[in-house]
Amino acid sequence: MLGLDTTPLLELRSLRIELKVARERRVVVSHVDLTIRSGEAVGLVGESGSGKSLTARSVMRLLPPDSDVSGDVRVDGVAVYNLDKAALREMRRGTVAMIHQDPRASLNPVRTIGDFLFEGLLGHPSGERPGLAVQALAEVGIADGSRRLRQYPHQLSGGLLQRVMIAGALLPGPRLVLADEPTTALDVTTQSEVMAVLQELQETRGVGLLFITHDLDLAAAVTDRLAVMYAGVIVETGPTASMQRAARHPYTVALMASRPSTSSREPLKTIPGRPLSAFEAGPGCAFVDRCPFAVELCREQRPPLRPVDGHDVACHRAEELAGRILQGLETGA
Amino acid sequence: MTTLQVHDLRKVFPLHGAAGADELVAVERVSFEVPAGSCLAIVGESGSGKTTIARMVAGLETATSGSVTIDGAPRAPLPWSRSQRVEHAKQVQMVFQDPNSSMDPSQTIEQSLAEVLSLHVRHSPTPRSARIDELLHEVGLDARHRRMRPRRLSGGERQRAAIARALAVEPRLLILDEAVSALDVSVQAHVLNLLTRLRSSLGLTYLFISHDLGVVRQISDNVIVMRRGQVVERGSTDQVLDSPEHEYTQALLQAVPGPGWRPRRRSV
Repeated sequence: MLGLDTTPLLELRSLRIELKVARERRVVVSHVDLTIRSGEAVGLVGESGSGKSLTARSVMRLLPPDSDVSGDVRVDGVAVYNLDKAALREMRRGTVAMIHQDPRASLNPVRTIGDFLFEGLLGHPSGERPGLAVQALAEVGIADGSRRLRQYPHQLSGGLLQRVMIAGALLPGPRLVLADEPTTALDVTTQSEVMAVLQELQETRGVGLLFITHDLDLAAAVTDRLAVMYAGVIVETGPTASMQRAARHPYTVALMASRPSTSSREPLKTIPGRPLSAFEAGPGCAFVDRCPFAVELCREQRPPLRPVDGHDVACHRAEELAGRILQGLETGA
Repeated sequence: MTTLQVHDLRKVFPLHGAAGADELVAVERVSFEVPAGSCLAIVGESGSGKTTIARMVAGLETATSGSVTIDGAPRAPLPWSRSQRVEHAKQVQMVFQDPNSSMDPSQTIEQSLAEVLSLHVRHSPTPRSARIDELLHEVGLDARHRRMRPRRLSGGERQRAAIARALAVEPRLLILDEAVSALDVSVQAHVLNLLTRLRSSLGLTYLFISHDLGVVRQISDNVIVMRRGQVVERGSTDQVLDSPEHEYTQALLQAVPGPGWRPRRRSV
């Protein structure tokens, strides 16, 4: 996998995003570093307001017009925010594909599935398009493609539509796929199928995948590396297996422990309070008010991401807390 | 003691304009009992009929046939008179997935609770204001939240307020329809622990509607698994989730991501 080509597919350096909310400029993402190489799947996990979707949208330059993005965003070595309109359109149409949460919201209801898929095949002679579209549907597990091409979005179930979206996103042969909660609106059995399709395509085509979700277990099942976001910053990142086994940031551990298991019943570990947005956080660690291990230093100084046992962790006390975090969490209501 | 008894409940929706079928059977002859103080979970995916059952039990939907018995008294058919509605509200309260759409945005939490108390709790030894404090405390809110409107509360706080309002009536049965599904996991854990604590401290009976097997394991004693309007499996929650017999229950469990999980592909 690590060939001669060392240029990452996606490289974010010191990404910072400011949005204008009610005439106020608010920092919603800051200090985000993230790298995805060809064939690699990276999970970006966080709760509402953590900035995970905004991070993905910033790659496509899909943020509101009065937002302010600084730092370095590079796709295949090229700085995205230096692209002119034509080059940006080329990137959105070819190199990078984005899959959204709700397929119904991103499809035109009065146009057929065929119309939608042909958009990704504009470079091909019109006579070849139906054949290629049927083939693309077959790849995502839709057998009767020629019938589906004539159907409208309302005639398809949510799971089927999301497969169509994936087929459409992959038609131009993108090298990087940004999937933003692609299965959150689906039933669990459908989610499993859609994830299988996505993962298989990622593995066989060697594309880079940024998988955004609030579901740590789901992200862990389909990615090589995980990055956990809280209040606009990445608080921990590392190889997926190791993150599951030995997370080092109190928030990562708490996030895993608060998810009820299907196999056992025990009082859930909880963290007080609610998830914050970046602009609500003080000068210190954004997690400080919810962290049972916070000390004075955490309130005063924002901990930078630093290497700890193979992870990058933004916690002042990462070393001394090793192995003690889970016991220290409460089970309050 | 049985708090809720549902017998042969059926719901058919007429369809207009669809080719082929002219009716949709949403719930097909479902029966179950919920003993006092216990929690029965109804799990299923979209279209399974679980919410339709909840709405029929709550009196928000007319059953096509079958009966609902609460505390031994068979329920009168809809529509109800005002006094019947007030009477029924004391037996059954419902908490919905999205508190944004179930709470009046113009009312403060205090006003919302006071309204419910004045309507349903006429003669109480506790002064109203003290009772509001008590209710807020029970769900983990405090005096700061009294004067706030729903918009200013976070998702978890809003759901706590919705639970407080349901509890104000002192119902026998609480129906929770995907009541924790829209919450962030770190907040969901609190609300689940809260619901578990309230059930034992207040002796409540729950009908808990959910698509989430992890949540169901955590909160319920017994479970019914539904698919396309029919019950495919039932039993104690531990037994059904530890050794599911129906292949659909097995498929549901296998679809939940966890350590070692691999997504499964199926052609459609």
